[in-house]
Amino acid sequence: MQAFNTHTGVGIPLRRSNVDTDQIIPAVYLKRVTRTGFEDGLFAAWRADPSFVLNQPVFAAGSVLVAGPDFGTGSSREHAVWALLDYGIKVVVSSRFADIFRGNAGKGGLVAAQAAQDDVELLWKELENAPGTEVTVDLAAQTISAGSLTVSFQIDPYVRWRLLEGLDDISLTLRHADQIDEFEKSRKKFLPSTPAPGAGTAARTPSR
Amino acid sequence: MGRTMAEKVWDAHVVHRAEGEPDLLYIDLHLVHEVTSPQAFDGLRQAGRGVRRPDLTVATEDHNVPTKGINLPIADEVSRTQVETLRRNCDEFGVTLYPMGDAEQGIVHVVGPQRGLTQPGMTIVCGDSHTSTHGAFGALAFGIGTSEVEHVLATQTLPLKPFKTMAITVDGELPQGVSAKDLILAVIAKIGTGGGQGYVLEYRGSAIRALSMEARMTIANMSIEAGARAGMIAPDETTFEYLKGRQQAPSGAEWDEAVQYWKSLTSDDDAVFDAEVVIDAAELSPFVTWGTNPGQGLPLAGRVPDPELITDEAERVAAEKALQYMDLTAGTPLKDIAVDTVFLGSCTNGRIEDLRVAAEILDGRRVAEQVRLLVVPGSMRVKQQAEAEGLDQIFVASGAEWRSAGCSMCLGMNPDQLAPGERSASTSNRNFEGRQGKGGRTHLVSPAVAAATAVRGTLSEPGDLRQPVVAG
Repeated sequence: MQAFNTHTGVGIPLRRSNVDTDQIIPAVYLKRVTRTGFEDGLFAAWRADPSFVLNQPVFAAGSVLVAGPDFGTGSSREHAVWALLDYGIKVVVSSRFADIFRGNAGKGGLVAAQAAQDDVELLWKELENAPGTEVTVDLAAQTISAGSLTVSFQIDPYVRWRLLEGLDDISLTLRHADQIDEFEKSRKKFLPSTPAPGAGTAARTPSR
Repeated sequence: MGRTMAEKVWDAHVVHRAEGEPDLLYIDLHLVHEVTSPQAFDGLRQAGRGVRRPDLTVATEDHNVPTKGINLPIADEVSRTQVETLRRNCDEFGVTLYPMGDAEQGIVHVVGPQRGLTQPGMTIVCGDSHTSTHGAFGALAFGIGTSEVEHVLATQTLPLKPFKTMAITVDGELPQGVSAKDLILAVIAKIGTGGGQGYVLEYRGSAIRALSMEARMTIANMSIEAGARAGMIAPDETTFEYLKGRQQAPSGAEWDEAVQYWKSLTSDDDAVFDAEVVIDAAELSPFVTWGTNPGQGLPLAGRVPDPELITDEAERVAAEKALQYMDLTAGTPLKDIAVDTVFLGSCTNGRIEDLRVAAEILDGRRVAEQVRLLVVPGSMRVKQQAEAEGLDQIFVASGAEWRSAGCSMCLGMNPDQLAPGERSASTSNRNFEGRQGKGGRTHLVSPAVAAATAVRGTLSEPGDLRQPVVAG
């Protein structure tokens, strides 16, 4: 996971509340076997509408999504975060996030910045009055700036620290690699292991 | 203060503990299948990481596999891609795989125990909610999401938030013809599908101790249907007897050491559970679900409930919607409900004892003309064993279809599905809307009820077969 310090990119005003994960990425895209390439599923239904914000060239390459309250509700699919990241979104600003989505965002390296709804309204105005305005998100200072406007946002301190350090769950755990090594030395000898590949079993030689 | 079994197993696996952080737990066994693993392996590849302990990881193909024509390429493209991706990933990362056609292939939760990989006191995870099955051995076993699968592959550990403990005490003797499936359906009906949320359940009491390992697995398997994180049963002589001599169980001096340790895992007498539920085994009878979640169940001798009589509003609305989906009328005797399909199989009831119970009932009888009976062994070893005992002959003679191993109609990811509006009696674990096929209607039952239902064509228990069977 890349460390996140500040990010500057075009702001995308998404004037919708209750953006559920089925809207972010419909179930039909979940059958994939890869971890990347979900950008074409992002807001798939809405993108069929030519007036949808991401279909406007000035916003198409945006990276800071400013959305209405209750973003990310519904199904727990981690693909919702993957689709946003794959598309190039680095930050989602909303006045309220669904719990599971917020958790998944932190795991995936997407900043879920919780701002007051009044401030979201101000950001929307700024982005709509001057389409293509760049937004700067400063994670250390917890501020969002666009034009002359600067507002603050909330984020869980532990998640913020992890994002600043660029530590995903696995990297965090690997900081305790010594303890894992140590633990493994003390594991009981009678515990089972799965047979090594090719060690005399018929496994892995499918009779197709 | 004493500790519960779950707490003992947890404590024995803490790698790192710090204030304000989740405990980092070591994972003894990671089971893998084709549906929830591809993105996890892809994540490893992207980050340039390997599998830390391929020797504690094992994969099998189960969710997508067809149960007939298994030597042919899989016709469905998505299923084929997932299976082929698993094969490539296991090859690249050095993980042992039991592929379709292999003698060891089967449902992941049947394969682990039958090889002796599932042992008391272990931590076991899999990207599948029915991982709770392995708790029948006194292991702490639970389902995880795809990024957690990646985490375990990379580190063999998992950061976990603490849990609460619930004792489910079942004393007394189960009446004749009442099985573990009836017992667990009754437990879920009693505590509800959310009743176990945040808890590790421990099933205890004389009725539990009297159960075979396979019956215990049926119970632990469905812990998740009560919303629990895991379900456990203390290891005892029945557990040791089951494990002794299995391929991956300890042997020689290590066996004695292991048994000594396993015996120490039992909850202490002065351990305190956060919650306790008591059930009298003698009061139980064959159970069946009438609705669209596993908590909507009743004794088979009863009638379809009247939503009007349910006082809790949310439950009443849920019951109304369920009856509408199930196309049932309040007050109808449950035994009058006719089914189109009977499914015998799944990680809940696809083991040899389940097949034996059903075969005994079907021996010398015919499946009702309008009914399709699908018998799907939980693993290829179960299939082989059943064939050695001649059970397949009994099934086929009765008019049933005898298939190869897989998850099959439990979730209909393969071609074994209900058609819209079709009704099944199923030995599986979930009766959700559309679970067994779009528009399909599911009644969860025990293997004995499934077999009797197949013969009579309406929901039935074996006792109903004593009367002369009317032709048809």
